Amino acid sequence: MLKKTLATLVLGTALLGAGSAMAADYAIDTEGQHAFVNFKISHLGYSWLYGSFKDFDGSFSFDEKNPEASKVNVTLNTKSVDTNHAERDKHIRSGDFLNVDKHPTATFASTAVKSTGEGTADISGNLTLNGVTKPVVIAATFIGQGDDPWGGYRAGFSGSTTLKLKDFDIQKDLGPASQEVELIISVEGVRQ
Amino acid sequence: MQWRNSSARYGAVSILLHWLVALAVFGLFGLGYWMVELDYYSGWYKTAPDIHKSIGILLFFVMLVRMLWRGFSPSPSSLPEHGRLTRLGSKFGHAFLYLGLFVLMLSGYLISTAEGRGISVFGLFEVPATLTSIPDQEDIAGLVHEYLAWALVVFAGIHALAALKHHFIDRDRTLLRMFGR
Repeated sequence: MLKKTLATLVLGTALLGAGSAMAADYAIDTEGQHAFVNFKISHLGYSWLYGSFKDFDGSFSFDEKNPEASKVNVTLNTKSVDTNHAERDKHIRSGDFLNVDKHPTATFASTAVKSTGEGTADISGNLTLNGVTKPVVIAATFIGQGDDPWGGYRAGFSGSTTLKLKDFDIQKDLGPASQEVELIISVEGVRQ
Repeated sequence: MQWRNSSARYGAVSILLHWLVALAVFGLFGLGYWMVELDYYSGWYKTAPDIHKSIGILLFFVMLVRMLWRGFSPSPSSLPEHGRLTRLGSKFGHAFLYLGLFVLMLSGYLISTAEGRGISVFGLFEVPATLTSIPDQEDIAGLVHEYLAWALVVFAGIHALAALKHHFIDRDRTLLRMFGR
């Protein structure tokens, strides 16, 4: 039993290693909190309102030599939405917006990465939010990578995409200027 | 009518406090029920909750005064024709109304102050936030506030029906006493 598991593991690792020679796996640094999933939406057309999801986790694989083989997976707890206003957060969690009792998690899983220039890429993937799964494209920028002062190795990215609230079955209409929300992700990963 | 309660009658202060609280409780319930359904672009979207919270805080102070006044000027004795069960029932009923109202007001306060913001009372003064670290505070307090509001308003309705029953069926002075008679 153990032998078989071990054999599978070794084989699996060997195959995986062969497939992506240099790609390294990174865990998003949520422990040290060098990662943010923020959003921005217009208030009445007069100003930007920023919010954040405090509780999420994820990983990515990244190879500088072959960026198109990169992968990203993020899962977030929709209940953790925070806009620095308790009543608004409560409202966003309600059935008018994110339905967090029914849909406690949102996920993003990349399906393809297309390089668009020096250090930039379009990350296509499926976003599940409020129970609706839709393909989205995140315009991502590679920011930097290297050794950290504590013996680890880190790489960081930022990216953003714009969502129509109606596409994700968000019922509340906030007016003509607030039909879309921009999702802004900024993450640092620690190489595993 | 005297200010203080006597052993047979309610005085003006207790009567005034009773009807003031009754008005506030039903008014706040109606206002709360209506305001949570308002459209974002309604002119009342911001003002109705502000009024609801301001009156709620003032009601809290009125209830404190009411409790103090009860200690200072005890309620009249029960009517002699009321049996043990009636007295016991009314004691528990009133205890629930008082306790429920305090928990209701506290839960409302905990929703609005969950993020550390105080509550401005008609712009005159501000009640600061205190408890802010209960997990999911605004959501839990919100549920308590909603269910308890329904429970309390139904119970207050039963309280009113009971008073009418005393007046019209038992034909005793229970209800009249709350008008100072």
